Amino acid sequence: MITAPSNEPAVRAAALRRVYGTLPALDGVDLTAPSGTCILLLGANGAGKSTLLRVLSTLIPPTSGTLWIHGADVRQADRVALRRRIGLLAHQTYLYEDLSAAENLQFYARLYGLPSPRDAAREALASAALGDRADDFVRTFSRGMKQRLAIARTLLHDPDLLLLDEPFTGLDRESCADLTGRLAALRDAGRTCVLATHAVTVAAGLADRVVVLAAGRIAADHPAARMGPRELESLLGEVTRGPAGPGGA
Amino acid sequence: MRYFGVVALIAAKDLKSELRRPDQAVALLFFAGLVLVVFHFTFDFTIIDFATLGPGILWVAFIFSGVLALSHTFQAEREADRIEGILLAPIDPSAFYLGKVVSTVIIMAGVEAILVPVSVVMFNHRFGSHITLTILVLILNTIGFAAVGTLLAAMTTRTRLGEMLLSLLLLPMAVPITLAAVKTTSAILSGRPFDRYAHWLTLSAAYDIIFLSAAVLLFDYVLEE
Repeated sequence: MITAPSNEPAVRAAALRRVYGTLPALDGVDLTAPSGTCILLLGANGAGKSTLLRVLSTLIPPTSGTLWIHGADVRQADRVALRRRIGLLAHQTYLYEDLSAAENLQFYARLYGLPSPRDAAREALASAALGDRADDFVRTFSRGMKQRLAIARTLLHDPDLLLLDEPFTGLDRESCADLTGRLAALRDAGRTCVLATHAVTVAAGLADRVVVLAAGRIAADHPAARMGPRELESLLGEVTRGPAGPGGA
Repeated sequence: MRYFGVVALIAAKDLKSELRRPDQAVALLFFAGLVLVVFHFTFDFTIIDFATLGPGILWVAFIFSGVLALSHTFQAEREADRIEGILLAPIDPSAFYLGKVVSTVIIMAGVEAILVPVSVVMFNHRFGSHITLTILVLILNTIGFAAVGTLLAAMTTRTRLGEMLLSLLLLPMAVPITLAAVKTTSAILSGRPFDRYAHWLTLSAAYDIIFLSAAVLLFDYVLEE
């Protein structure tokens, strides 16, 4: 895994704007995420959280503004090299229902050019507590199991920038705790995480900063150190009562 | 080497998924077979020479089964936005394109491998000593159809009217390759000398090269949202 230059933030966005048709989903977002930190992204439905994660993942280009990932301007950087370092967990799992859990992970391991796809898939399945279901088709999995497998897919290539959109969806309490512990370990190992979730009490211990999006703009940016689960719940309550924009979840 | 590894990976994934959904493969074969049966009962082939109508009948069956195959292979990527998972990977997008072309060609070739012998029995005709040339014609034109079809399927896959748009765009775009396919097959069945239809083979080869090259060069832009 390539390590980021220590003086460059993992993410630096300046005046990011993304417009769908005539509707701005992101409207001048400035965001910096130093390496080894975790940003908790809050916002009402339609505030632009998913769009921001998709832009940061290089899946969709910004309409205007500049985005640097590990110091590289995404418009000029080698996109293949950049994508090796990014892991996106979106609303959709990106899993193939007609393939088994192991086949899905081996497929993605090969796409990412991992040296030993079978071993990588086996380890990822074990970490997702799905080792005993490795050969079962994904279509037979529950929503929570699919989510665990999707998380395993996201972390498979050991990305150093993690973009997670509602990662706790469908997970039971034990799986939530496992994921939180795993993300904390990754953050402590120098990985950067941008996490959009409404499960703020679960994610409270992870975040270094809490960024609030409203109608495609950053409405607030707080250090998370002084915010406990109750303060975060209160903040989420405030932002979800705010006006909704067109930016998706 | 990694580039062609990704091509093979995408094609193998598609074929594995298709084999695990036999209902779709059966529907494809049933539809193509139905075309032959309908034409068999519509025309009296004891009077009409098969070389006159047969090539058109065969290629109608092949092309419509090709459209269905393209829809199936891209449906898997369209559902649940799986195509985004592939686009996020550190691969050259054109490898994804070529993988899809390979899987479509193999599926179409499977249909052709069944329909050609069936048509021999049903219509009582013979390819005679020109079977090698016939196979060459099938391969060249199937590649051309899959090349343009995959490009258009990728362009339309993320639109709301994807499947309808695919048929609307693909069938006119495939006119040159369809014409070449029918003319060449007809000439072979009629036993005409090679130099009388060599130009149609050249057209098919040129079509393949142009569309494969253009798509490989442009595919990155085709997929950009």
